[in-house]
This record gives sequence, structure tokens and C-alpha cells, in this order.
Amino acid sequence: MERLKPVDVVIVGGGWTGLLMAKEIVHRTPLSVLVLERGGPARQDAATMDELDYLIRLRLMQNIADETVTHRHSITGRAVPVRQYGSFDPGTGVGGAGEHWGGVSNRYRADQFSLLSHLREKYGREYLPGNLTVQDWGITYDELEPYYWRAEQMMGVCGKAGNLRGTIIDGGDPFEAPRSHEFPNPPHKMSYFPTIFRNAAIELGYRPYPIPTATLSQGYRNPDGITRPGCAYCGFCSRYGCMIGAKAQPSNTLLPLLTNKKSFRLQTGAWVRRVIHRHGKVEGVSYVDASGQEKVQPANVVMLASWTMNNSRLLLLSNIGEPYDALSGRGTLGKNLTHTVLHQVQLFFDKPLNLFMGTGGLGFAIGEFAGDQIDRDSGILRGSEIRANTNGQGPISAFGRVPPSVEVNWGPEWKKASLNWYDKVGQITCEAAHFAYRENYIDLDPTYTDKLGDPLVRLTLDWTNHEKRQKAFLEKVMNSLGKAMGAQVGKALRAAEDHYSATQYQSTHVQGGAIMGNSPEESVVNPWLQHWRIPNLWVMGGSAFPQNESANPTLTILAITYRAADAFVDRYVSRPGALG
Amino acid sequence: MKRREFITLPAKCLGGLLMYTLAGVPVRISGASGTVRLPLRFFTANEALIIAAAAERIFPSDESGPGATEAGVAIYIDRQLAGPYGHDKYRYTRGPFVESVPEHGYQGKANPQEIYRDGLQKIGPDFTKLDAEKQDDRLRAIEGTTFFRMLRAHTIEGMFSDPMHGGNANMIGWQLIGYPGPVMSYGDEIDKHYGRAFRSQKPMSLAQVIGHPVKGWEEERN
Repeated sequence: MERLKPVDVVIVGGGWTGLLMAKEIVHRTPLSVLVLERGGPARQDAATMDELDYLIRLRLMQNIADETVTHRHSITGRAVPVRQYGSFDPGTGVGGAGEHWGGVSNRYRADQFSLLSHLREKYGREYLPGNLTVQDWGITYDELEPYYWRAEQMMGVCGKAGNLRGTIIDGGDPFEAPRSHEFPNPPHKMSYFPTIFRNAAIELGYRPYPIPTATLSQGYRNPDGITRPGCAYCGFCSRYGCMIGAKAQPSNTLLPLLTNKKSFRLQTGAWVRRVIHRHGKVEGVSYVDASGQEKVQPANVVMLASWTMNNSRLLLLSNIGEPYDALSGRGTLGKNLTHTVLHQVQLFFDKPLNLFMGTGGLGFAIGEFAGDQIDRDSGILRGSEIRANTNGQGPISAFGRVPPSVEVNWGPEWKKASLNWYDKVGQITCEAAHFAYRENYIDLDPTYTDKLGDPLVRLTLDWTNHEKRQKAFLEKVMNSLGKAMGAQVGKALRAAEDHYSATQYQSTHVQGGAIMGNSPEESVVNPWLQHWRIPNLWVMGGSAFPQNESANPTLTILAITYRAADAFVDRYVSRPGALG
Repeated sequence: MKRREFITLPAKCLGGLLMYTLAGVPVRISGASGTVRLPLRFFTANEALIIAAAAERIFPSDESGPGATEAGVAIYIDRQLAGPYGHDKYRYTRGPFVESVPEHGYQGKANPQEIYRDGLQKIGPDFTKLDAEKQDDRLRAIEGTTFFRMLRAHTIEGMFSDPMHGGNANMIGWQLIGYPGPVMSYGDEIDKHYGRAFRSQKPMSLAQVIGHPVKGWEEERN
């Protein structure tokens, strides 16, 4: 095995977190940084405006033939591999999933960060399900607020503040946590479907707000000097790379700040297999390069910034930390696996909606049924933001949406109905909060392996009664909104059925496994994303979330990464050791 | 080497279509009249005709507009099956293969090429000789199979994917629904046309929009 020249910091994964951390370190310290990315270089050209290759065949995603995950519904079940992508779409290459994301950039509600304390206080310990394992994050919203603001400025997030330093403002989300500043950019021009949602929501007494997005509503220069143009609403957004750079992607906001730095190096095609450690310290990583050669990369600091599940997997494969045991509740590594719960209602209109135009987060939402707004009578502890957006629907996926009264799905009658209903079917969506439960976790699969022979991770994950009650409750609300919008028929889609399905898209927001928290007894990393037991190992990304909120995670992932970067640069570099 | 197979189609539905040869070289097909013979990559000529006939029952050409035959859906499917998708280059295919619950999706060992070859047996070598009603009966009998689900999905893809993939000939599928094709900017349209269709009678393909040919993933060589 070839032993390479040591570097100060090696970062595993070249997506949002890895490149943000690299940028902060390279610009603020003299340390050398190497980012190892197992995919290829970033690609950005208009040739990705192809629904078949990118939305249907998922050309920007990790090659699932090389590595996947296995899934089972319960501790006693037999796991089988997820053989084709369904419920999530992990990205690959420089920029990672940050290249193909949709750009929705909500902050989390303030009470999310102390969720366990909050639920106990509100409902009493006895009221909560016995298998609930939600936790506090070890940080407060107020501590995170400045870092949210930095992340919003970096990406140029567009929106309208609803709570500016405690003052509630019309047109924004009145339930959001207080912001120190108005958004860096104003909301987008609005398309038709979200506009009728907004009008209906107002009519029903709700307070709709424009969904915050990291696709720009106008040209913008960020504090790092990066300039990007306003969005063209071409509709090729989620699952595609932005061809003009209006969507914030690691390749257009971070990479340009790194490529000319002598202390920075990016190695693509580098598949990291193990974190090397001895006597409570990490010494580097081993990886296989694009030609199949095994290499050892020594480093003073190792930072894991690959996708959620791969962070946990690398720790498990490297024997770092105590794997979680769902029966005894002992161990922290792999616990609190969460996803999101997608509830959708299809609405059929007598007018065309022009849904092929749009951008990832172009729409309105209401917050009345998310976070702590939900009342006890609902039977659920936390609900969802409810959204209507137009993210650009291509004809392959949009064709064939017909009301339940059409009972055939091929042939002349189906074709006629599909032609009649083409582009008249909108969707209201809930990406509901998902709690952590004792039985939902990550470990290594005993049977299936990746292309190199290393065990895959195994997800043990199923819905509980809470998610099923969420579905029933939220569908009622969505249907009433649909009626107020003038829709003819409502059809519930893809909601939490009896069991979690690996074939139905929920979101790419899988979280947990290497969670942050207040103590090493209950979490893997400290509130600065530093490993509790090994101070020169940092683990960043959605793997740190103790549970999932009803909002897309990227902004929060960036905020906790900025906070970790400050702790590393301002404190760790001068005095390496456990932060406290 | 395998004997080269061809499919013969009415040329009028393929006017100006850009296709790739077996060697991956783009060629513009423009038969003004009569028929054109296209080289097949995966199917035999007889198989292609059976798939074309089955796709035509799924998405028929009728009084509501053109269907799978005019769009060249069989050519689209032929190219997909011959490419990386057809031999599962992008699916996890390590064993053991075990049956599981529906929530785990297709767990079989057979790749799309094999599923089609098996499905062709199921719908029968005499499929093209049956009348429409009997053809529908055969298809209804296999509605629950992986093969049929694939054939249905591929038919829709062949109707509405960019013509670079071999279907949607002359953008006939896009014309049928008024989809304009990829458009670089709707900046001036996004907040207008409320409740009114913004449609295009003359859609543009990706190659036309960006000014040079684009190769679909199916052209990837190992």
C-alpha cells in the first residue's frame, strides 16, 4: 500500500460540508487541506436538460451498482439491498447532492434544537411514546442564528422575513424563529399554481409565506465575492445541475474560492475505505484511487463529510465508537436514523398550470401545522410545513396523472384522459417531521457488500403510529386547501402507508447515525461536530441531526458546519484537543 | 458477429430525426416518402415489430392523436436495452437474490434485456398477427408482471423523451401535448399566463436549443 505525503487536514467528501470546511480552513489558516471525493469532477452544462437521463435514470447520482444500502422493517426482519433508487437520491462527484438539490432553504424552528426538553415540558414524560428517542442538539437556536445568517448570505437565499428580531412581519412566516436580518434577496416572481394556493390559504385564515430558496431571484454578489445571476425558471432544477449558476451549488459558490489556493488539493475518484486510528487518535485514511491502487493518506486531522449514511458507515467499518444496540439501547453509533415523511395530495384543475416552468423552491407554504403550532387535539406531536410549489415538471413524469375515476392505466381510454388532464394536476406537499425511535437505526449488513467487498450499511426503519396519524391529519388539511383552490378532485399520494417503502421517494434527507448532543453517553459528536472520544476526528453533515424537522436540511447542515469551522479555526488549531 | 437486424418504418413520421448509428455516429434521417430501414441494436426485426405492436396498444394512435408507432417507441426501447440500462450497469446486482416484500421493489436477478426476452415469449411470437382485441387480452393477462410495468413506463418515455434517445420522433409526443421542449429561460413568462396554457406548436429538442448534438446515456460504451 502506497503511503502518501502527509497533509494537515484530510476531508472525506467534496460536497457542501466538505468544501465549506475546506474553504474556511484554507482562507483562515496556513494548514494544508486535501479533499478526497470518490466521484468525478463537477459538470455544469446545459446538456443536462434532459428529463430521461437525469430525472428518470438519475444520471447525477451515485452508481448504486457499486454501493447501496440494505433495508428491513424490524430488528427481526431480513434485510435486502435497495437495488434501484427509490426513497432517496444520493449525489456523487464534486458538489455531491448539493449539485442536484432543489435549493429549498428554511431555517428550523427554535424549539427543534431542544426538542426532547420541549416535548417533555409541553406534554409530560408519560404522554410521549415509550420508544421515542428524540434528543436535544446541544446547541440552541440563538447560538446557531449567526451561522444561519452566514449560510444564507453565502448562497444568497431569497425570501421574506416573518420574524425580524421578534417583530412579526406581514408576508413572511410568522412562526419562524427570530432572524437578525432580512433575507439577502427578495422572493421570486410567482407562478400560477402557488399563487392560487396563497390566495386559498389567506381565505382560510392562514398566513402563507414564500418558500426560501437558494436559487436567486436576481443577480447577487456574496460576501466571498462570488457573483451569480438570477434564476431563469427553466424547470430543470431538482435532479439537474443549474446551467447558469443561479442555484447555489458547491461547484459555483465554494469551488472557485479553492482552486487557486496552493494549500488546497482536491482528489477525485478516491474511495475512502477506512479511518486509520491508534491510541485514541486518528492518523489518516486509506483509500482506493480511480485506477484501483490502495493508498494511505496520513493527516493530523480527519474530517468526514460524506453523505449521512456513509459517515456512519466509515466509522462502523473503522471500529470507531460503540455501535448502537437497539435491544439494550447501549451504544451511540448508528442510532436515531430518521428520514422525512412525504405526504402529498394531487389536485385536478379545469385550467392548465404551465408546470414545466419553475425552479426548485418556487412556491408558497404555510406553517400553521408544523413545529409547535400543532395542538394536542390533533393527536400528533409535530406536523409539517404545507407547500405548493412549481419545481418544473417534464412531460414523462407529468403525463398520465388522471383522477381516481379513471380506472385503466394504458390503452385508448387512459390516453384520452391523460391528454385531457395533462398539465392540470398540481400537488400540495408535506415533508413532515420524522422523530427518532429506538427501533430505527443504522448498522453494518452481515451479508451484502460493496464493489470492494466491504459490508453495506443496513437501515432498520419503519413508520410508527405517529407518522400514520400525521398522514390522516395533514391530508385533511391539504384537501381543504385544495377545495379552496377550486380543485375538482383530491387524491392522496405516496403518504406513509402501513410500512416504509424503499421504492417511494420521500426526500434525500436521511439523517442521524453519528448524532450531536450534550454528552458522549448519548451522542457521537459534540456540539462542534468533533468526535467525543477522538478529538482530531470531525464528523459533519446530516448524520449529526438527532431527529428530522419538517424542512429541508441543507441550510441547517451549512449552519452547523460554519459553527464547527469557527471552533476548529479559532480554538482547535492553536490548542488541539477536546473542545469543551 | 451477430447478423444486423433492421426495422422498417413509414418515413413520414421520422422527418429530420437525428439518430445514432451502431457506432455512435449521429445521422439525420429524412425520408420524404416511402419507408426507412433502421438498424436495431438489441431486438431482432420480429421482436421489434412485436414490441412496436404492444406499445401501440398501450399508447394507441387514434382519433385523439398520434401514438407509439409514429413516435418510434420501439426504437427508443431498442436503444435503451442495448445501452447500460439494458444490462443493469446502474443497478445493484450482487447476490444473494431473495424474494421480499413489495416495499423493497424489484429484487430479481434478470436485467431489462432478459426481462424483455422473457416477456416477448409471454405475449407470444404471433402477437402481431392478432387483432387489437386479442392483443389487449394478452397484455391484460400479464399486467402485473415486471415486464409489463417496464413496457408501459418505457412507452411513455419513448413518447415524451428528447428525440436524441430514439423515440418522440419529430417531437410528435411533445407536439401532442404542446410541451415546448427544454427552454433556456421562462424569465418573462413565469408570472404570466395564469390559468392559460403557454404552449408551443413547434417544440425544440435539446440539440436544437444548445446548438450541438447531445449523446444520451444509452450511447455510453464500456
